[in-house]
Amino acid sequence: MTTKSGTALQNFFLKPIESLGAMVLENLEGLGAFISFVLKAFFWFVRPPFRFRLYFEQLYFVGNKSIFIVLLSGSFTGMVMAYQTYFGFKLISVDSLVGPVTALTLAKELAPVLTGLIVAGRAGAAMTAQIGSMKVTEQVDALEVMGINSIQYLAVPRIFAATISLPMLSAIFLFIGNVGSYIVGTKFLSIDEAIYLSKLGSFMFLSDIWQGLIKATFFGFMIGCIGTYFGFNVTKGAEGVGKGTNLSVVWGMIMVLISDYFLTSFLIHIL
Amino acid sequence: MLHFDNPAIRIENLTKTFDDHTVLNGLNFDIPRGKITTILGFSGAGKSTLLKHILGLMQPTSGSIHVLDKDLSELNNVEQREFRRNFGMLFQYAALFDSLSALENVAFPLKEFTTLKEEEINVKCHALLESVGIQPISHDKLPSELSGGMRKRVGLARALALEPQIMLYDEPTTGLDPITTHMVNDLIVSTSDRNKDRQMTSVIISHDVKATLRISDFVAFLDRGNIVEYLAAEDFPHSSNELVQDFVNL
Repeated sequence: MTTKSGTALQNFFLKPIESLGAMVLENLEGLGAFISFVLKAFFWFVRPPFRFRLYFEQLYFVGNKSIFIVLLSGSFTGMVMAYQTYFGFKLISVDSLVGPVTALTLAKELAPVLTGLIVAGRAGAAMTAQIGSMKVTEQVDALEVMGINSIQYLAVPRIFAATISLPMLSAIFLFIGNVGSYIVGTKFLSIDEAIYLSKLGSFMFLSDIWQGLIKATFFGFMIGCIGTYFGFNVTKGAEGVGKGTNLSVVWGMIMVLISDYFLTSFLIHIL
Repeated sequence: MLHFDNPAIRIENLTKTFDDHTVLNGLNFDIPRGKITTILGFSGAGKSTLLKHILGLMQPTSGSIHVLDKDLSELNNVEQREFRRNFGMLFQYAALFDSLSALENVAFPLKEFTTLKEEEINVKCHALLESVGIQPISHDKLPSELSGGMRKRVGLARALALEPQIMLYDEPTTGLDPITTHMVNDLIVSTSDRNKDRQMTSVIISHDVKATLRISDFVAFLDRGNIVEYLAAEDFPHSSNELVQDFVNL
Protein backbone atom coordinates (compact mmCIF):
# COMPACT_ATOMS: atom_id res chain seq x y z
CA MET A 1 0.00 0.00 0.00
CA THR A 2 1.33 3.42 -0.94
CA THR A 3 1.37 6.00 1.79
CA LYS A 4 0.42 9.63 1.21
CA SER A 5 4.02 10.81 1.67
CA GLY A 6 5.21 8.05 -0.72
CA THR A 7 2.87 9.29 -3.43
CA ALA A 8 4.00 12.86 -2.87
CA LEU A 9 7.63 11.76 -3.15
CA GLN A 10 6.86 9.85 -6.37
CA ASN A 11 5.15 12.93 -7.81
CA PHE A 12 8.08 15.09 -6.78
CA PHE A 13 10.48 12.95 -8.82
CA LEU A 14 8.22 11.75 -11.61
CA LYS A 15 6.47 14.99 -12.57
CA PRO A 16 9.60 16.80 -13.80
CA ILE A 17 10.69 13.70 -15.74
CA GLU A 18 7.21 13.41 -17.29
CA SER A 19 7.25 17.10 -18.24
CA LEU A 20 10.72 16.78 -19.71
CA GLY A 21 9.65 13.71 -21.71
CA ALA A 22 6.55 15.50 -22.99
CA MET A 23 8.66 18.50 -24.00
CA VAL A 24 11.18 16.31 -25.86
CA LEU A 25 8.38 14.46 -27.67
CA GLU A 26 6.67 17.72 -28.62
CA ASN A 27 9.89 19.17 -30.00
CA LEU A 28 10.72 15.98 -31.90
CA GLU A 29 7.23 16.03 -33.39
CA GLY A 30 7.77 19.66 -34.41
CA LEU A 31 11.15 18.83 -35.96
CA GLY A 32 9.59 15.93 -37.88
CA ALA A 33 6.80 18.18 -39.17
CA PHE A 34 9.38 20.80 -40.21
CA ILE A 35 11.52 18.25 -42.10
CA SER A 36 8.42 16.85 -43.79
CA PHE A 37 7.45 20.41 -44.82
CA VAL A 38 10.91 21.07 -46.29
CA LEU A 39 10.81 17.79 -48.24
CA LYS A 40 7.38 18.70 -49.63
CA ALA A 41 8.73 22.10 -50.67
CA PHE A 42 11.60 20.35 -52.53
CA PHE A 43 9.13 17.99 -54.19
CA TRP A 44 6.90 20.85 -55.38
CA PHE A 45 9.88 22.97 -56.45
CA VAL A 46 10.76 20.53 -59.22
CA ARG A 47 7.17 19.88 -60.32
CA PRO A 48 5.28 21.96 -62.87
CA PRO A 49 3.59 24.38 -63.13
CA PHE A 50 6.47 26.82 -62.64
CA ARG A 51 4.98 30.17 -61.77
CA PHE A 52 7.96 32.43 -62.58
CA ARG A 53 5.98 35.60 -61.89
CA LEU A 54 5.67 34.58 -58.23
CA TYR A 55 9.42 33.88 -58.04
CA PHE A 56 10.24 37.35 -59.37
CA GLU A 57 7.71 39.00 -57.05
CA GLN A 58 9.32 37.32 -54.06
CA LEU A 59 12.85 38.08 -55.27
CA TYR A 60 11.81 41.72 -55.46
CA PHE A 61 10.31 41.61 -51.97
CA VAL A 62 13.08 39.69 -50.20
CA GLY A 63 15.98 41.05 -52.23
CA ASN A 64 15.33 44.54 -53.58
CA LYS A 65 13.32 45.72 -50.63
CA SER A 66 16.11 44.68 -48.22
CA ILE A 67 18.86 46.53 -50.08
CA PHE A 68 18.51 49.85 -48.27
CA ILE A 69 18.68 48.36 -44.78
CA VAL A 70 21.61 46.14 -45.84
CA LEU A 71 23.47 49.16 -47.26
CA LEU A 72 22.87 51.11 -44.08
CA SER A 73 23.92 48.37 -41.66
CA GLY A 74 26.80 47.21 -43.90
CA SER A 75 28.40 50.63 -44.18
CA PHE A 76 28.19 51.38 -40.46
CA THR A 77 29.41 47.90 -39.50
CA GLY A 78 32.48 48.37 -41.72
CA MET A 79 33.13 51.82 -40.28
CA VAL A 80 32.82 50.65 -36.67
CA MET A 81 35.01 47.62 -37.37
CA ALA A 82 37.72 49.89 -38.79
CA TYR A 83 37.66 52.10 -35.70
CA GLN A 84 37.72 49.21 -33.23
CA THR A 85 40.52 47.27 -34.92
CA TYR A 86 42.56 50.42 -35.51
CA PHE A 87 42.75 51.40 -31.83
CA GLY A 88 43.48 47.82 -30.78
CA PHE A 89 46.10 47.22 -33.48
CA LYS A 90 47.79 50.55 -32.89
CA LEU A 91 48.85 49.31 -29.45
CA ILE A 92 50.98 46.62 -31.09
CA SER A 93 51.89 48.72 -34.13
CA VAL A 94 50.04 46.69 -36.74
CA ASP A 95 47.47 49.35 -37.66
CA SER A 96 48.25 48.75 -41.34
CA LEU A 97 46.32 45.46 -41.00
CA VAL A 98 43.00 47.19 -40.32
CA GLY A 99 41.92 46.70 -43.95
CA PRO A 100 42.42 42.94 -44.26
CA VAL A 101 41.17 42.16 -40.76
CA THR A 102 37.97 44.12 -41.32
CA ALA A 103 37.53 42.63 -44.78
CA LEU A 104 38.09 39.05 -43.58
CA THR A 105 35.74 39.45 -40.64
CA LEU A 106 33.10 40.92 -42.90
CA ALA A 107 33.53 38.31 -45.62
CA LYS A 108 33.54 35.23 -43.42
CA GLU A 109 31.23 36.21 -40.58
CA LEU A 110 29.64 39.60 -40.30
CA ALA A 111 28.25 39.97 -43.81
CA PRO A 112 26.42 36.59 -43.97
CA VAL A 113 25.38 36.53 -40.30
CA LEU A 114 24.17 40.13 -40.03
CA THR A 115 22.44 39.93 -43.42
CA GLY A 116 20.82 36.69 -42.23
CA LEU A 117 19.59 38.34 -39.04
CA ILE A 118 18.29 41.37 -40.97
CA VAL A 119 16.42 39.20 -43.51
CA ALA A 120 15.06 36.91 -40.76
CA GLY A 121 13.67 39.97 -38.99
CA ARG A 122 12.30 41.64 -42.09
CA ALA A 123 11.39 39.11 -44.77
CA GLY A 124 11.11 35.97 -42.59
CA ALA A 125 8.60 37.70 -40.32
CA ALA A 126 6.68 39.04 -43.31
CA MET A 127 6.48 35.55 -44.86
CA THR A 128 4.95 34.13 -41.68
CA ALA A 129 2.53 37.04 -41.31
CA GLN A 130 1.41 36.89 -44.96
CA ILE A 131 0.86 33.12 -45.08
CA GLY A 132 -0.51 33.05 -41.53
CA SER A 133 -3.15 35.66 -42.24
CA MET A 134 -4.06 33.83 -45.46
CA LYS A 135 -4.43 30.66 -43.40
CA VAL A 136 -6.76 32.14 -40.80
CA THR A 137 -8.93 33.82 -43.45
CA GLU A 138 -9.27 30.54 -45.40
CA GLN A 139 -7.35 31.87 -48.42
CA VAL A 140 -5.00 28.88 -48.18
CA ASP A 141 -8.05 26.57 -48.15
CA ALA A 142 -9.39 28.44 -51.19
CA LEU A 143 -6.18 27.61 -53.08
CA GLU A 144 -6.43 23.95 -52.10
CA VAL A 145 -10.10 23.76 -53.11
CA MET A 146 -9.15 25.12 -56.54
CA GLY A 147 -6.66 22.26 -56.82
CA ILE A 148 -3.59 24.45 -56.31
CA ASN A 149 -0.95 23.11 -53.94
CA SER A 150 -0.54 25.82 -51.33
CA ILE A 151 3.07 24.83 -50.52
CA GLN A 152 4.01 25.12 -54.18
CA TYR A 153 2.16 28.40 -54.61
CA LEU A 154 3.08 30.15 -51.37
CA ALA A 155 6.14 28.52 -49.82
CA VAL A 156 8.34 27.49 -52.75
CA PRO A 157 8.73 30.98 -54.33
CA ARG A 158 9.52 32.50 -50.92
CA ILE A 159 12.11 29.84 -50.01
CA PHE A 160 13.67 30.19 -53.46
CA ALA A 161 13.78 33.99 -53.21
CA ALA A 162 15.37 33.92 -49.75
CA THR A 163 17.97 31.33 -50.86
CA ILE A 164 18.94 33.37 -53.93
CA SER A 165 18.69 36.83 -52.38
CA LEU A 166 20.69 36.29 -49.23
CA PRO A 167 24.10 35.67 -50.85
CA MET A 168 23.51 38.69 -53.10
CA LEU A 169 22.58 40.87 -50.14
CA SER A 170 25.55 39.49 -48.23
CA ALA A 171 27.84 40.45 -51.14
CA ILE A 172 26.40 43.98 -51.07
CA PHE A 173 26.94 44.10 -47.30
CA LEU A 174 30.54 42.97 -47.78
CA PHE A 175 31.22 45.54 -50.48
CA ILE A 176 29.68 48.50 -48.69
CA GLY A 177 31.25 47.42 -45.39
CA ASN A 178 34.67 47.49 -47.01
CA VAL A 179 33.96 50.88 -48.54
CA GLY A 180 33.02 52.17 -45.07
CA SER A 181 36.12 50.64 -43.53
CA TYR A 182 38.33 52.09 -46.30
CA ILE A 183 36.90 55.60 -45.84
CA VAL A 184 37.27 55.55 -42.06
CA GLY A 185 40.71 53.90 -42.22
CA THR A 186 42.27 56.14 -44.86
CA LYS A 187 40.42 59.45 -44.41
CA PHE A 188 39.81 59.62 -40.65
CA LEU A 189 42.50 57.36 -39.19
CA SER A 190 45.24 58.36 -41.63
CA ILE A 191 46.23 54.87 -42.78
CA ASP A 192 48.10 55.17 -46.06
CA GLU A 193 45.79 54.30 -48.97
CA ALA A 194 48.41 52.28 -50.83
CA ILE A 195 49.31 50.24 -47.73
CA TYR A 196 45.62 49.66 -46.94
CA LEU A 197 44.96 48.29 -50.40
CA SER A 198 48.17 46.28 -50.74
CA LYS A 199 47.62 44.57 -47.36
CA LEU A 200 44.04 43.86 -48.37
CA GLY A 201 45.31 42.19 -51.55
CA SER A 202 47.89 40.15 -49.63
CA PHE A 203 45.59 38.70 -46.97
CA MET A 204 42.22 38.43 -48.62
CA PHE A 205 41.47 35.50 -50.96
CA LEU A 206 38.53 34.48 -53.08
CA SER A 207 37.95 31.44 -50.86
CA ASP A 208 37.18 33.82 -47.96
CA ILE A 209 34.42 35.41 -49.99
CA TRP A 210 33.11 31.99 -51.06
CA GLN A 211 32.89 30.92 -47.44
CA GLY A 212 30.61 33.84 -46.64
CA LEU A 213 28.46 33.36 -49.73
CA ILE A 214 27.94 29.65 -49.06
CA LYS A 215 26.90 30.45 -45.51
CA ALA A 216 24.54 33.17 -46.70
CA THR A 217 22.91 30.78 -49.17
CA PHE A 218 22.27 28.26 -46.40
CA PHE A 219 20.95 30.97 -44.05
CA GLY A 220 18.59 32.18 -46.79
CA PHE A 221 17.25 28.68 -47.29
CA MET A 222 16.71 28.22 -43.54
CA ILE A 223 15.02 31.61 -43.14
CA GLY A 224 12.70 30.86 -46.08
CA CYS A 225 11.78 27.44 -44.71
CA ILE A 226 11.24 28.68 -41.15
CA GLY A 227 9.26 31.75 -42.25
CA THR A 228 6.88 29.77 -44.44
CA TYR A 229 6.61 26.78 -42.07
CA PHE A 230 5.43 28.95 -39.18
CA GLY A 231 3.02 30.70 -41.55
CA PHE A 232 1.36 27.41 -42.47
CA ASN A 233 1.14 26.42 -38.81
CA VAL A 234 -0.67 29.53 -37.64
CA THR A 235 -3.90 28.84 -35.77
CA LYS A 236 -6.36 30.87 -33.72
CA GLY A 237 -6.80 34.08 -35.68
CA ALA A 238 -4.88 37.31 -35.30
CA GLU A 239 -3.31 36.23 -32.00
CA GLY A 240 -1.96 33.14 -33.73
CA VAL A 241 -0.48 35.23 -36.55
CA GLY A 242 1.34 37.35 -33.95
CA LYS A 243 2.65 34.28 -32.13
CA GLY A 244 3.70 32.60 -35.37
CA THR A 245 5.56 35.70 -36.53
CA ASN A 246 7.33 35.97 -33.20
CA LEU A 247 8.37 32.30 -33.30
CA SER A 248 9.53 32.65 -36.89
CA VAL A 249 11.85 35.57 -36.10
CA VAL A 250 13.23 33.93 -32.96
CA TRP A 251 13.87 30.58 -34.63
CA GLY A 252 15.19 32.20 -37.80
CA MET A 253 17.79 34.15 -35.84
CA ILE A 254 18.69 31.23 -33.59
CA MET A 255 19.17 28.95 -36.59
CA VAL A 256 21.41 31.51 -38.32
CA LEU A 257 23.65 31.69 -35.26
CA ILE A 258 23.72 27.95 -34.53
CA SER A 259 24.24 26.85 -38.12
CA ASP A 260 26.96 29.49 -38.48
CA TYR A 261 29.14 27.56 -36.03
CA PHE A 262 28.66 24.21 -37.77
CA LEU A 263 29.09 25.70 -41.25
CA THR A 264 32.26 27.48 -40.17
CA SER A 265 33.76 24.32 -38.70
CA PHE A 266 32.91 22.47 -41.93
CA LEU A 267 33.88 25.11 -44.49
CA ILE A 268 37.17 25.97 -42.82
CA HIS A 269 38.39 22.47 -43.73
CA ILE A 270 37.26 22.42 -47.34
CA LEU A 271 37.96 25.99 -48.50
CA MET B 1 -34.13 8.52 -45.52
CA LEU B 2 -33.84 9.52 -49.16
CA HIS B 3 -31.83 7.69 -51.80
CA PHE B 4 -31.38 8.80 -55.38
CA ASP B 5 -30.41 7.13 -58.63
CA ASN B 6 -27.23 8.49 -60.15
CA PRO B 7 -26.55 10.99 -57.35
CA ALA B 8 -23.89 13.72 -57.58
CA ILE B 9 -22.43 12.59 -54.25
CA ARG B 10 -22.86 9.19 -52.59
CA ILE B 11 -21.59 8.72 -49.04
CA GLU B 12 -21.35 5.19 -47.68
CA ASN B 13 -20.55 4.26 -44.07
CA LEU B 14 -18.37 7.34 -43.69
CA THR B 15 -16.62 7.41 -40.33
CA LYS B 16 -14.01 9.89 -39.17
CA THR B 17 -12.31 9.73 -35.81
CA PHE B 18 -9.68 12.02 -34.32
CA ASP B 19 -7.83 10.12 -31.58
CA ASP B 20 -10.73 8.84 -29.44
CA HIS B 21 -13.27 11.33 -30.74
CA THR B 22 -15.69 10.21 -33.46
CA VAL B 23 -16.80 13.18 -35.56
CA LEU B 24 -18.62 11.33 -38.35
CA ASN B 25 -20.23 8.07 -37.39
CA GLY B 26 -21.05 5.79 -40.32
CA LEU B 27 -22.85 8.31 -42.55
CA ASN B 28 -24.94 7.01 -45.44
CA PHE B 29 -26.68 9.38 -47.79
CA ASP B 30 -26.94 10.64 -51.37
CA ILE B 31 -26.94 14.18 -52.69
CA PRO B 32 -28.99 14.45 -55.89
CA ARG B 33 -27.76 16.08 -59.10
CA GLY B 34 -28.99 19.50 -60.12
CA LYS B 35 -30.69 20.27 -56.81
CA ILE B 36 -30.00 22.40 -53.75
CA THR B 37 -29.34 20.24 -50.71
CA THR B 38 -28.67 21.77 -47.31
CA ILE B 39 -26.96 20.03 -44.42
CA LEU B 40 -28.26 21.53 -41.22
CA GLY B 41 -26.91 20.97 -37.76
CA PHE B 42 -25.68 22.42 -34.51
CA SER B 43 -22.16 23.80 -34.19
CA GLY B 44 -19.71 20.91 -33.77
CA ALA B 45 -22.09 18.41 -35.40
CA GLY B 46 -19.45 17.54 -38.02
CA LYS B 47 -20.73 19.67 -40.94
CA SER B 48 -17.36 21.20 -41.86
CA THR B 49 -15.60 17.84 -41.49
CA LEU B 50 -18.15 16.34 -43.88
CA LEU B 51 -17.54 19.15 -46.36
CA LYS B 52 -13.77 18.57 -46.24
CA HIS B 53 -14.34 14.87 -46.95
CA ILE B 54 -16.52 15.68 -49.95
CA LEU B 55 -13.73 17.91 -51.26
CA GLY B 56 -11.12 15.21 -50.63
CA LEU B 57 -9.23 17.51 -48.24
CA MET B 58 -9.64 14.92 -45.48
CA GLN B 59 -9.39 11.15 -45.69
CA PRO B 60 -12.07 9.05 -43.99
CA THR B 61 -11.15 6.63 -41.21
CA SER B 62 -13.48 4.19 -42.94
CA GLY B 63 -16.20 4.22 -45.58
CA SER B 64 -16.26 5.78 -49.02
CA ILE B 65 -17.32 8.90 -50.89
CA HIS B 66 -18.30 8.80 -54.55
CA VAL B 67 -18.45 12.16 -56.29
CA LEU B 68 -19.72 12.31 -59.88
CA ASP B 69 -19.34 8.52 -60.01
CA LYS B 70 -15.69 8.56 -58.89
CA ASP B 71 -14.54 6.93 -55.68
CA LEU B 72 -12.35 9.60 -54.08
CA SER B 73 -10.25 7.02 -52.25
CA GLU B 74 -9.10 5.60 -55.61
CA LEU B 75 -7.64 8.92 -56.75
CA ASN B 76 -4.03 9.74 -55.98
CA ASN B 77 -3.00 13.20 -54.77
CA VAL B 78 -2.50 14.69 -58.22
CA GLU B 79 -5.76 13.20 -59.54
CA GLN B 80 -7.61 14.55 -56.49
CA ARG B 81 -6.27 18.04 -57.16
CA GLU B 82 -7.44 17.86 -60.74
CA PHE B 83 -10.76 16.40 -59.70
CA ARG B 84 -11.30 19.28 -57.26
CA ARG B 85 -11.77 21.57 -60.25
CA ASN B 86 -15.27 20.08 -60.49
CA PHE B 87 -16.05 21.96 -57.28
CA GLY B 88 -16.69 25.60 -56.63
CA MET B 89 -16.80 26.79 -53.07
CA LEU B 90 -18.12 29.88 -51.37
CA PHE B 91 -16.36 30.18 -48.03
CA GLN B 92 -17.89 31.51 -44.84
CA TYR B 93 -16.05 34.83 -45.16
CA ALA B 94 -15.54 34.58 -48.95
CA ALA B 95 -11.75 33.92 -48.61
CA LEU B 96 -10.87 36.39 -51.34
CA PHE B 97 -7.15 36.91 -51.95
CA ASP B 98 -6.61 40.21 -50.23
CA SER B 99 -3.78 41.39 -52.48
CA LEU B 100 -5.94 41.03 -55.62
CA SER B 101 -8.83 43.21 -56.81
CA ALA B 102 -12.34 41.80 -57.22
CA LEU B 103 -11.70 41.30 -60.94
CA GLU B 104 -8.30 39.67 -60.37
CA ASN B 105 -9.84 37.31 -57.81
CA VAL B 106 -12.37 36.10 -60.37
CA ALA B 107 -9.68 35.91 -63.05
CA PHE B 108 -7.38 33.86 -60.80
CA PRO B 109 -8.77 30.35 -61.53
CA LEU B 110 -9.16 31.19 -65.22
CA LYS B 111 -5.50 32.24 -65.47
CA GLU B 112 -4.39 29.13 -63.57
CA PHE B 113 -6.42 26.52 -65.38
CA THR B 114 -7.46 27.76 -68.80
CA THR B 115 -5.64 28.79 -71.95
CA LEU B 116 -7.92 31.78 -72.49
CA LYS B 117 -6.31 35.00 -73.64
CA GLU B 118 -6.08 38.00 -71.30
CA GLU B 119 -8.88 39.80 -73.15
CA GLU B 120 -11.20 36.79 -73.09
CA ILE B 121 -10.58 36.38 -69.36
CA ASN B 122 -11.34 40.04 -68.83
CA VAL B 123 -14.65 39.81 -70.70
CA LYS B 124 -15.65 36.65 -68.85
CA CYS B 125 -14.77 38.12 -65.44
CA HIS B 126 -16.77 41.30 -66.08
CA ALA B 127 -19.75 39.16 -67.10
CA LEU B 128 -19.41 36.94 -64.02
CA LEU B 129 -19.17 39.89 -61.67
CA GLU B 130 -22.17 41.55 -63.24
CA SER B 131 -24.15 38.30 -63.05
CA VAL B 132 -23.75 38.38 -59.25
CA GLY B 133 -24.66 42.07 -59.08
CA ILE B 134 -21.24 43.70 -58.76
CA GLN B 135 -21.19 46.98 -60.67
CA PRO B 136 -18.18 47.84 -62.89
CA ILE B 137 -17.19 50.65 -60.51
CA SER B 138 -16.29 48.02 -57.90
CA HIS B 139 -14.43 45.63 -60.19
CA ASP B 140 -11.03 47.12 -59.41
CA LYS B 141 -11.57 47.44 -55.67
CA LEU B 142 -9.60 45.34 -53.20
CA PRO B 143 -11.56 42.98 -50.92
CA SER B 144 -10.86 45.28 -47.96
CA GLU B 145 -12.77 48.04 -49.80
CA LEU B 146 -15.87 45.87 -50.31
CA SER B 147 -18.76 45.21 -47.91
CA GLY B 148 -19.38 41.72 -46.49
CA GLY B 149 -22.21 41.08 -48.96
CA MET B 150 -20.14 42.25 -51.92
CA ARG B 151 -17.24 40.03 -50.88
CA LYS B 152 -19.62 37.07 -50.83
CA ARG B 153 -20.80 37.93 -54.34
CA VAL B 154 -17.26 38.21 -55.64
CA GLY B 155 -16.44 34.91 -53.90
CA LEU B 156 -19.40 33.34 -55.67
CA ALA B 157 -18.29 34.75 -59.05
CA ARG B 158 -14.80 33.31 -58.48
CA ALA B 159 -16.25 29.93 -57.50
CA LEU B 160 -18.36 29.88 -60.67
CA ALA B 161 -15.53 30.93 -63.00
CA LEU B 162 -14.59 27.37 -64.00
CA GLU B 163 -18.25 26.30 -64.32
CA PRO B 164 -18.13 23.70 -61.55
CA GLN B 165 -20.34 20.63 -61.45
CA ILE B 166 -20.84 20.97 -57.71
CA MET B 167 -21.14 24.25 -55.85
CA LEU B 168 -20.45 24.14 -52.11
CA TYR B 169 -21.53 26.89 -49.71
CA ASP B 170 -20.03 26.93 -46.22
CA GLU B 171 -22.41 28.86 -43.98
CA PRO B 172 -22.92 31.48 -46.70
CA THR B 173 -24.92 33.95 -44.61
CA THR B 174 -22.98 33.90 -41.36
CA GLY B 175 -22.17 37.41 -40.15
CA LEU B 176 -24.44 39.20 -42.63
CA ASP B 177 -27.32 41.54 -41.86
CA PRO B 178 -30.88 40.28 -42.65
CA ILE B 179 -31.18 42.16 -45.94
CA THR B 180 -27.80 40.96 -47.23
CA THR B 181 -28.63 37.46 -45.98
CA HIS B 182 -31.80 37.53 -48.08
CA MET B 183 -29.86 38.79 -51.08
CA VAL B 184 -27.18 36.05 -50.77
CA ASN B 185 -29.88 33.39 -50.46
CA ASP B 186 -31.62 34.71 -53.57
CA LEU B 187 -28.29 34.64 -55.35
CA ILE B 188 -27.79 30.97 -54.43
CA VAL B 189 -31.19 30.13 -55.93
CA SER B 190 -30.67 32.21 -59.09
CA THR B 191 -27.18 30.71 -59.56
CA SER B 192 -28.64 27.23 -59.29
CA ASP B 193 -31.45 28.12 -61.72
CA ARG B 194 -29.02 29.64 -64.26
CA ASN B 195 -26.94 26.46 -64.22
CA LYS B 196 -29.84 24.02 -64.25
CA ASP B 197 -29.27 23.02 -67.86
CA ARG B 198 -25.88 21.56 -66.94
CA GLN B 199 -27.29 20.05 -63.73
CA MET B 200 -25.05 21.95 -61.32
CA THR B 201 -25.50 20.53 -57.82
CA SER B 202 -25.54 22.89 -54.83
CA VAL B 203 -24.63 21.76 -51.30
CA ILE B 204 -25.10 24.22 -48.46
CA ILE B 205 -23.77 23.87 -44.93
CA SER B 206 -25.89 25.98 -42.65
CA HIS B 207 -27.66 26.39 -39.33
CA ASP B 208 -30.12 28.96 -40.62
CA VAL B 209 -33.43 27.03 -40.66
CA LYS B 210 -35.64 29.72 -42.21
CA ALA B 211 -33.33 30.37 -45.13
CA THR B 212 -32.75 26.65 -45.62
CA LEU B 213 -36.43 25.90 -45.94
CA ARG B 214 -36.88 28.80 -48.35
CA ILE B 215 -34.10 27.97 -50.80
CA SER B 216 -33.42 24.20 -50.55
CA ASP B 217 -34.87 21.25 -52.40
CA PHE B 218 -33.69 18.74 -49.78
CA VAL B 219 -32.55 19.07 -46.18
CA ALA B 220 -30.39 16.71 -44.14
CA PHE B 221 -29.98 17.13 -40.41
CA LEU B 222 -26.61 16.16 -38.96
CA ASP B 223 -26.28 15.51 -35.26
CA ARG B 224 -23.17 14.20 -33.50
CA GLY B 225 -21.82 12.65 -36.67
CA ASN B 226 -25.07 11.06 -37.83
CA ILE B 227 -27.69 12.07 -40.38
CA VAL B 228 -30.77 11.83 -38.21
CA GLU B 229 -33.23 13.18 -40.78
CA TYR B 230 -33.19 13.68 -44.55
CA LEU B 231 -36.29 14.95 -46.28
CA ALA B 232 -37.58 17.19 -49.05
CA ALA B 233 -37.55 20.78 -47.80
CA GLU B 234 -41.35 21.04 -47.73
CA ASP B 235 -41.57 17.92 -45.53
CA PHE B 236 -38.76 18.89 -43.20
CA PRO B 237 -40.79 21.08 -40.75
CA HIS B 238 -43.17 18.14 -40.27
CA SER B 239 -40.44 15.70 -39.28
CA SER B 240 -41.24 13.48 -36.33
CA ASN B 241 -37.66 13.70 -35.10
CA GLU B 242 -37.57 15.58 -31.79
CA LEU B 243 -34.17 17.15 -32.42
CA VAL B 244 -35.34 18.47 -35.77
CA GLN B 245 -38.52 19.83 -34.19
CA ASP B 246 -36.45 21.58 -31.51
CA PHE B 247 -34.17 23.03 -34.17
CA VAL B 248 -37.02 24.17 -36.44
CA ASN B 249 -39.04 25.69 -33.61
CA LEU B 250 -36.16 27.54 -31.96
